[in-house]
Amino acid sequence: MKLSLWTYEGPPHVGAIRVATGMRNMHMVLHAPQGDTYADLLFTMIERRNHRPPVTYTTFQARDLGADTAGLFKDACRAAYERHRPEALLVAASCTAELIQDDPGGLAASMGLPVPVIPLELPSYQRKENFGADEAFYQICKALAKPMPRTAQVSCNILGATALGFRHRDDVAEIRQILERMGIAVNVTAPLDAAPSDIARLGQAHFNVLLYPETGEQAARWLQRSFGQPCIGTVPLGVGATRRFVQEVATLAGAAPILDETRLRQPWWSASVDSTYLTGKRVFIFGDGTHAMAAARVARDEMGFDVVGLGCYNREQARPLRALAREFGLEALISDDYLEVEAAIADLAPELILGTQMERHIGKRLGIPCAVISAPVHVQDFPARYSPQMGIEGANVLFDTWVHPLVMGLEEHLLTMFREDFEFHDAAGPSHHGAKAQPAPSQPQTSQAQPSPAAAPQPAPAGAGDAGNIVWLSDAERELKKIPFFVRGKARRNTESFAQTRGLSEISVDTLYEAKAHYAR
Amino acid sequence: MTRGCLDTPVIKERGQHEVFCGLTSIIWLHRKMQDAFFLVVGSRTCAHLLQSAAGVMIFAEPRFGTAILEEKDLAGMADANAELDREVATLLQRRPDIRQLFLVGSCPSEVIKLDLARAAERLSAQFAPHVRVLNFSGSGIETTFTQGEDTCLASMVPALPASDAHQLLLVGALPDVVEDQARALLAQIGIETVHCLPAQRADATPSIGPNTKYALTQPFLGETHAALQRRGARWIAAPTPLGVEGTTLWLMAIADAFGISRAQVEAAIAAPRARAQAAVARVAETLQGKSAFFMPDSQMEPALARFLQRECGMEIVEIGTPYLHAELHRPELALLAAGPRLAEGQDVERQLDRVRAARPDITVCGLGLANPLEAEGLTTKWAIELVFTPVHLFEQAADLAGLFARPIRRKQILAPGAPKMEAAE
Repeated sequence: MKLSLWTYEGPPHVGAIRVATGMRNMHMVLHAPQGDTYADLLFTMIERRNHRPPVTYTTFQARDLGADTAGLFKDACRAAYERHRPEALLVAASCTAELIQDDPGGLAASMGLPVPVIPLELPSYQRKENFGADEAFYQICKALAKPMPRTAQVSCNILGATALGFRHRDDVAEIRQILERMGIAVNVTAPLDAAPSDIARLGQAHFNVLLYPETGEQAARWLQRSFGQPCIGTVPLGVGATRRFVQEVATLAGAAPILDETRLRQPWWSASVDSTYLTGKRVFIFGDGTHAMAAARVARDEMGFDVVGLGCYNREQARPLRALAREFGLEALISDDYLEVEAAIADLAPELILGTQMERHIGKRLGIPCAVISAPVHVQDFPARYSPQMGIEGANVLFDTWVHPLVMGLEEHLLTMFREDFEFHDAAGPSHHGAKAQPAPSQPQTSQAQPSPAAAPQPAPAGAGDAGNIVWLSDAERELKKIPFFVRGKARRNTESFAQTRGLSEISVDTLYEAKAHYAR
Repeated sequence: MTRGCLDTPVIKERGQHEVFCGLTSIIWLHRKMQDAFFLVVGSRTCAHLLQSAAGVMIFAEPRFGTAILEEKDLAGMADANAELDREVATLLQRRPDIRQLFLVGSCPSEVIKLDLARAAERLSAQFAPHVRVLNFSGSGIETTFTQGEDTCLASMVPALPASDAHQLLLVGALPDVVEDQARALLAQIGIETVHCLPAQRADATPSIGPNTKYALTQPFLGETHAALQRRGARWIAAPTPLGVEGTTLWLMAIADAFGISRAQVEAAIAAPRARAQAAVARVAETLQGKSAFFMPDSQMEPALARFLQRECGMEIVEIGTPYLHAELHRPELALLAAGPRLAEGQDVERQLDRVRAARPDITVCGLGLANPLEAEGLTTKWAIELVFTPVHLFEQAADLAGLFARPIRRKQILAPGAPKMEAAE
């Protein structure tokens, strides 16, 4: 048993629903109690889909448990087939149905339905949403994809995009353009927008492009094993990765590495002088492994940020993420416990968080700006406009999105110069934001403002050591408050560790400025 | 007296239910009871439901959480109990402000027959007197949406202290602003001693006994109603205080039970009632003559339909409700003029067929159905907002009407070529 207040991932059957909902002419029958239909609103409300997810829930109740839940499942299966006439049927159990062991797969197979029935095993008490999506897509491929001759023109499949994916719709469009520009046809994109009959023709492609390892890796591996289709491993997030992606595709397809960069603005936006203020901004990065790793590279190499924390919530990506973190000289944070992530952020006091919906809330609480780079996301992260994360336009979008929460270049200086102006003070926040997150109330104690002392378990913040024994003299505390809020956390932290290394027990105004001089760069 | 809808045959349906489970009630209960923590013993699905249904995550101080069952908890029950005790101990240590802890049963905990009643007893003994541990079911196999509040309140009733005092108890988790209005109205009428279940804090827990009379503020409190009667308290039968009429009848019934004259009530409510009537009338201009279809959601549907039919001039096509309580829904059905179909339970596909056939001017439905129906050209009202918004009593009557009028007005505004409406709200 593990206490959870907020989760990064839903249960595995939600992952399977993301696959089914992304597809066309697919239907899923989920053996599930009343209430599990909440999953529908993820798609209809958060993603604003204009149709219900193609899922029939058997809706068993307590009174059915002693009776015939298997019969209920078969009735639901038959009615779903008759009403929706899908090309294929997925059957699965949610967490509760897993416990009553009705074997939906076996039941559905025995019914003699005239379409392929694909049973899914989704261990709800061990695995999570991404696994469910990955597994569902893999089983669909295994059941439906047939060996076929390759297309005459060089072609590829784009794999991994699902319903409710973070910018999947636009990423697929962006990458399709890049591939087609290179003269490579897109055979099938799947699961998003594919019908079961499209899955059957996956084998026609010469190779695969896997955009989202979280939800398509098993399928890509199986296609490689079964049909000898190599897979492009680079995820084209950021300018560097997009160029590497094009090179890799060109090598594999024997095509010229053509990349139309006429609309690429990110490198110049980053090089232009206004962006000087981005130099060395301390960022904390957290998300799914793929997006977090890509964001770390972009943050360091393309934005000139200083990556001070890096982590992911999906253990499946722990190994490569740990390796990358080591390359950055960091200890990776692999955790799906948001309290742990919050404690890490509070401890590091970054100037910017690149995270998920969860980190956006953490940032709000701690008064730290945040841009969203990864699922889980909320309704505002499904914009009406074209807004990919990948490819050329994706690189532009990353620049805009990450810079937007920050105080702009000259404004930062003005805030520093006129920090006691009654109208133009740090609590007023960036002037291009109508409303802003309140900074954490400055506390008279010595330690960094901690999240909800009551709610959060308080693992000893690494590195904070004995900072709690150091006393801020009131002059120094007042001086600290004159520093703009977006660097105040850093100043406090630096001064405390400076005092600690010097064996000081008190921090005076002089200590503050000695520390400032010490850390100057 | 007419029989209203009392003789209308009820369509009883089995099939896919597009409804929330009772766990969803925690979203407002944890806000209402400020020193309570709700610990769901369940699966990752339960945790995911709670944060998804909450929509905007309430990150400030979540006073609810899920003890997520893992593989090893399913293997041995002794382990599950030990694990639960450990999680509770950690939680209470971390949250010394918590005075009431609810262990909330879920589908998985009930299927594996984890005995949360015994766990609550065991933990209560351990953490008394500082923390009282209770348990209730919010599982989808036992409860639908608002029934979670019902089972929660029912679990509190046996533990209420006994009292012989002549007193009024209001039952149902009202928003604080509405609760204050209720107290003020009742004081005007002449009833000063009013207790509420649930109370905001454990130390304000009401007492109960044979001289307690109680009025329900929500129609979905069937189990709580039964539990209160077992404690000897007496129910004041009345419609739900929604709309001007509902509020008036509710106050009148309470006054009757306390031997207060109608004249005294009339005098006390004249001003707020007139204000509310005028406000409702303005909003009802948009609703007059329009048709409404209720998909099942909160058990508030009969009361809401009664308000729309009798005060806003709407035609009700169908009143779907998860459960029709013979006694508690009776006052509403008696008021409703015959005409609407009544449906209990749900087969969502068939019910959607009926919606499409009727093409009502507004369909009241859950979040999973609203956008798909809008995409079919129908106008919808998310049912959940009717539970999350202050809608009771006189001062909110026009707000309640507004919740239905806004989607209709929006459709008119956005319709190409439609005359621009006045921005009246």
